[in-house]
Amino acid sequence: MNHSVHSKSFDWKETLHRIKHYLPDQAPLKDFIHHNTLHAFQHESFHKGLHLANQLFGYQVYLSLPEYQELFAQGKIKEEILDQVLQRRKIKDPIAIKKELFLPDNFSKPTEKPIGSLRKIWKSKLGITLEDLIQPLLFRVLGIYLDQGVSSADLPIRESGFWDTVRHWEDQSWNHLILHPEVRKDFIDGKWSTTDLLENLVGDSSFYEDFLLDLQFEHPGWSGLISNIENNPNSLFDPRTITLEEMIRFELTLELDVITRKVGSTFPKVDEVVSAPMHYFKEVVASETNGLCSIWQEAYEFSFYDQVIGGMSFQKETPKGKKSFNFQAIFCIDDRECSLRRYVEAIDPQSQTWGTPGFFGVTFYFQPEGAAHFHKLCPAPVTPIHLIQEVNIQNKWINDAHLKRTTHSMVRGFWASIWLGFQSIIRLTKQLFLPQKSPFTSSSDDLMNPKSTLTIDSFGTTYQGLKIGFTVEEMADRVYNFLKSIGLTNNFAPLVYLVGHGATSTNNPHFSAYDCGACSGRPGSVNARVMSYFANKMEVRLALKAKGISIPDSSRFLGGLHDTTRDEIQFYDEEGLPNELRALHQKNLETFSTALQKNAQERSRKFERISPSLAHSTIYQKVQNRSISLFEPRPELNHATNCLCIIGRRELTDHLFLDRRSFLNSYQPFDDPDGKFLEGIVNAAAPVCGGINLEYYFSRMDPHRLGAGTKLPHNVMGLIGVTNGIDGDLRPGLPTQMIEVHEPLRLMMIIDQFPEIVSKVIQRNPATFEWFQNEWIHLIVRNPQTGNFYLWNKNQFSPYFPMSVDLPTLPHTFIHLEDSIPISQLS
Amino acid sequence: MITHFIHLLIFLPLFGFLVSLFFKTEKQQTYWIQGWLSLSLLTLIGLGISWAMASFQPIDLKEISILKTEHYHFFISLYFDRISFVFGLVGLLISFLIARYSSVYMHREEGFHRFFNTIGLFIFGFQWTIFSGNLETLFIGWEILGIASFLLIAFYRDRNLPVKNAGRVYSTYRIGDVGLLLAMWLMHHFGEANISFSTLLQTSELNHHFETHSLLGSVIALMLLLAAFAKSAQFPFSSWLPRAMEGPTPSSAIFYGSLSVHLGLFLVLRTFPFFEHQLSARWFMGIFGLITALIASQISQVQPTVKSQIGYGSITQIGIMFIEIALGLETLALIHFIGNAFLRTYQLLVSPSIATYSIREQMFGLKKRNLSPPFSKLKATLFLLSLKEWNLEKVNYHLFWKPLKTVGRKLKFIPFWTWIVLFFLAFSWGLFAEIQFNESSEQSFLFPIVFLSILGISMVLRAFSESKSPILSWTLVLFNHILLALAIGFNEHFSLSHQIWYLSGIVPAGFFGIFLLRTLQKKSGKITLNDFQGWSKIYPKLAFLFLFTGLVMTGFPISPTFIGEDLIFSHIHPDQWWLASIVSIGFILDGLAILRIYSRLFLGIHSQDQGATPYQNS
Repeated sequence: MNHSVHSKSFDWKETLHRIKHYLPDQAPLKDFIHHNTLHAFQHESFHKGLHLANQLFGYQVYLSLPEYQELFAQGKIKEEILDQVLQRRKIKDPIAIKKELFLPDNFSKPTEKPIGSLRKIWKSKLGITLEDLIQPLLFRVLGIYLDQGVSSADLPIRESGFWDTVRHWEDQSWNHLILHPEVRKDFIDGKWSTTDLLENLVGDSSFYEDFLLDLQFEHPGWSGLISNIENNPNSLFDPRTITLEEMIRFELTLELDVITRKVGSTFPKVDEVVSAPMHYFKEVVASETNGLCSIWQEAYEFSFYDQVIGGMSFQKETPKGKKSFNFQAIFCIDDRECSLRRYVEAIDPQSQTWGTPGFFGVTFYFQPEGAAHFHKLCPAPVTPIHLIQEVNIQNKWINDAHLKRTTHSMVRGFWASIWLGFQSIIRLTKQLFLPQKSPFTSSSDDLMNPKSTLTIDSFGTTYQGLKIGFTVEEMADRVYNFLKSIGLTNNFAPLVYLVGHGATSTNNPHFSAYDCGACSGRPGSVNARVMSYFANKMEVRLALKAKGISIPDSSRFLGGLHDTTRDEIQFYDEEGLPNELRALHQKNLETFSTALQKNAQERSRKFERISPSLAHSTIYQKVQNRSISLFEPRPELNHATNCLCIIGRRELTDHLFLDRRSFLNSYQPFDDPDGKFLEGIVNAAAPVCGGINLEYYFSRMDPHRLGAGTKLPHNVMGLIGVTNGIDGDLRPGLPTQMIEVHEPLRLMMIIDQFPEIVSKVIQRNPATFEWFQNEWIHLIVRNPQTGNFYLWNKNQFSPYFPMSVDLPTLPHTFIHLEDSIPISQLS
Repeated sequence: MITHFIHLLIFLPLFGFLVSLFFKTEKQQTYWIQGWLSLSLLTLIGLGISWAMASFQPIDLKEISILKTEHYHFFISLYFDRISFVFGLVGLLISFLIARYSSVYMHREEGFHRFFNTIGLFIFGFQWTIFSGNLETLFIGWEILGIASFLLIAFYRDRNLPVKNAGRVYSTYRIGDVGLLLAMWLMHHFGEANISFSTLLQTSELNHHFETHSLLGSVIALMLLLAAFAKSAQFPFSSWLPRAMEGPTPSSAIFYGSLSVHLGLFLVLRTFPFFEHQLSARWFMGIFGLITALIASQISQVQPTVKSQIGYGSITQIGIMFIEIALGLETLALIHFIGNAFLRTYQLLVSPSIATYSIREQMFGLKKRNLSPPFSKLKATLFLLSLKEWNLEKVNYHLFWKPLKTVGRKLKFIPFWTWIVLFFLAFSWGLFAEIQFNESSEQSFLFPIVFLSILGISMVLRAFSESKSPILSWTLVLFNHILLALAIGFNEHFSLSHQIWYLSGIVPAGFFGIFLLRTLQKKSGKITLNDFQGWSKIYPKLAFLFLFTGLVMTGFPISPTFIGEDLIFSHIHPDQWWLASIVSIGFILDGLAILRIYSRLFLGIHSQDQGATPYQNS
């Protein structure tokens, strides 16, 4: 075996970078963060990127033609909008194209995806099914190396990484992973570099990139996770050093071993079998189906958006002059809060609701009492410098013997099966008929004990390099920016509630996808509590006054948490309220409680198993039970049907029934003439809302390859991912139970600000601009003075006149029970 | 009264299963299964009470006599004692809870009705098995369980991995079936008819037999153990169990956590009188149980996925149960079984919670991993060996399948038409010769038996390793059956009516199967055994018909062929062990070849799918 000649022409780094770029980028289970599944194509325009992804990887990126035709028949795609889309696209022969749109889908089978074709030819020449011989072992070795707490054996893990660790294992053992003695010896000696191995298997270096892409996309789940862990080594509580390159090196070693054993040491190398490299990334040809689908998709999207714009153009007359409020409630931007806000406003007309990203403008790490690690409570890309600790409380640890690893051993397992076995049947029966919160529940109130004290004030101390608590100046800064960004700068109500959100689910490995995305997949309770503390602090208020925001002494901020699954709100530090506010607070609590019940009822109409004819309280109970039932794969429907992000005053939307589809961020255009605050909002909202929206979009379009498939057979691997069965690849993406009712529409962002300002703001940050420039998010701007709308198209704003002028009207507090309702006006 | 209860306990599930085939809505399906299961549970409790009032006497019910000749008697018989009671109670209780669990869990899942139908079939098979009164009756239930297992593992039939693993598990089951078939065959020579379990209990009679046939007794015991070990995932078969965890979580919980995997234990408990006086067989059982427990507990420690960890944990305890039985501690084994079945079912059902639970545990630093533990050579070796599951997959392949495949491949040089010619020559010669020999001939003729059976087995081996034409594979299976029937005819006292019993199911099914395959070929163009083609997605009815026909071909107890199989065995002399082996291996491979055709053609990723398709390794 010759491995001394290096291929100099091959740019290893570049190739590795490219592979990593295309791999799915999903974090380990505990940090599920929504992102654009096809982020690799975001530098292209949306339709072109999708087309490329389809042609290169075979991903399904649109609905099928018959599905679109069905939507047309249902009236969800409107003819006039379809015409408008054709017009906007400046298609030469719109009549012919339109005809084609309605033809039956008789296009031939899509050509096979090119990625994978090089190795396919090679493997057919080798005459062995390499992947069956290698993948199960590779996945096991990776799994046991990265395992965070499923297996019970203690293993030596070398700090220098995966490659060294596995070599150590192999060196130490009499039994082997690599069976060919010569290959093994070289492996243990660490002789191989990746290029050596490629040299041996592939030969000519011009084939390397194609070969490696093929290899990694035979198991994108694992490769993607490794690449993610390589980039964020601290994302694991039990850190492991591993790089994609190490994994590839090990995989290639396994291949060399298997081939040498099965075929012999002179086997056909790739360059002997394949005549020329494939060059996967050369220009791909547009396929007709995709072209048609992109027209349909756009018509589908605008048929919906048009109703929204139509609805927004009719505003109710709002009485001028200052109004006094019972309370103001600031919720997370999350689409799940959209309906709750509507109910709160309807039940107490003397109330006002606002929306902002649920970390409430304060970023920090949080350490629960007794915890060995920190939670990051801010958007994922931010690296906080502050730490808040939970103190003065004894957290109760709920132990559960049924989940203990010792039940699998011989002797202890014997006692367990006899002693625990009889208990488990009783518990199972109880949990099936009278569900209760259990250690299997991931509950929104687990994060922080409401009775605890938080180290919010800074005393200049640090812990592990993080500042404990915030100084008054830092606090004032954050409160100022926070209030300014949503435009709540005067007319404060006596009670201002900050309501974060979290979710409760049981027996659910994807629990972290249910919580607040702006808090890195954790509940927003601590942030709400911390921000309220800031805003209540006398010194902070004085500093704010100096900056121009004066909060009356009679106003109090109160943090809380909305459980989106159970529809409950819990408030913190209520005992600190002055006596004169207590009665008001009590009254407001009743408002919330009624609103929550109605909200639960509205949500229930999408749960087939809850009959709308039941009593209200029964429905509420049934909705709540979903969060604690072992056997409920859909505790809630999360962000399903999201497709809007409206940045502007509540008056623009408070007369509309948006059916829980919209992210709502409050914003006062006139307070922000240079767009400074808008910039902050858009920079956060575009990746967060766009990420959520596109992850749902792609998981819905291709549940097998871009989604995680049905969750019912899922098996938890090493606490970091899920697989089907035990031998398969990891399944990133969203399970079908989360996306099946999702209507795949791209996000439409609607901003209430002058087009000139928005145009400048979105171009300030290239990363943000990419979303709009390439139309991965649609953008419409409303001129706050004239009320006219402008659509961002081909990198400029052009006027948009909605066609939907006649929206149906619904009574305001009404709970609709049909599954799908168009956007409606509320009377 | 007791009799009625027992009958009810078998017919309720059968009725429940059959009716469930016709349901169209989720509500009907879930109410129905919970209904008949709770009724069964009540019946069992009623049975328990009346049985207790009859002071716990075992109950023996000789049921229907299906075929009786001078030398042969095939009858269905039922038996009830504390073992049936315990297995029945655990089985029905878990089934009921799983039905309740799944009625919510499976909501909106594609294949919802298929899931409940298969669960119904499984419960019927389970009830039948545990109430059976002789090995023949038990074998019926055993086969039903095997097929239900296959269908549930391959529940996600549009993905390749579940289908592959279903096939893998089913082949292990078939190895166990060889054991059971041979045990049944040897049993015939114990008495004149099939021996009922109640006879086994009469130790005096048994001892009498052992005095005369001590070797026979040991061989029977070993064959029973083979069947039991395969079904209960004992050494060396253990690696199928984690691979069976491909279906929805509750189906893994009911099958591989609890009921299915303990049936090997049931078989040994049921036939314990056989082992009672055979020290060597008990040593064998105990030692294998110990090896299993040691190995499986090691493997379980290095499993990074939670379901495989639970699977090996369960195998470990079952190994210990075999030790307990070997030691004569049947009652302990029964209690151990109850606890283990409950525990593993529960553990599998809550297995997704390991993420929530253990991440919280990590957060609070309760489980600190030692990253530089002592790592001696021995430890390292044990670790890597366990990580590779002690190479059990490989061992199984080399031990059982590779030899057969190799022979099959060696036969590839003979083209299809030659097989047809060979068959017709052999068949006409055989038929002619047989007519020449008198039915009542007191002598058997060795040469034609050897010739025909070897030709038959080579045809199956060829069918089993065929990688292209499904029709070829199917036809060769049919030929094998016919030649086999012919071959046995050369043993004495064989009457034509027995051959007709045997072939009455197979021959029509054989021709109908060819018709179905040709229909599929016409509809879809090319069909091959090379790869999974997933045609059930487009032609679900055709797929079902083919499965049904295939089951008849494999001697599944829905046609007279099933009894014919037993009849054939009854005509093999005790000293014709080679013939018995050929015949049973033939049966087993027939079944596998046919299920393989079904899997390849109708399951897996649909080859001409327009839309989103799963990855090969998902």
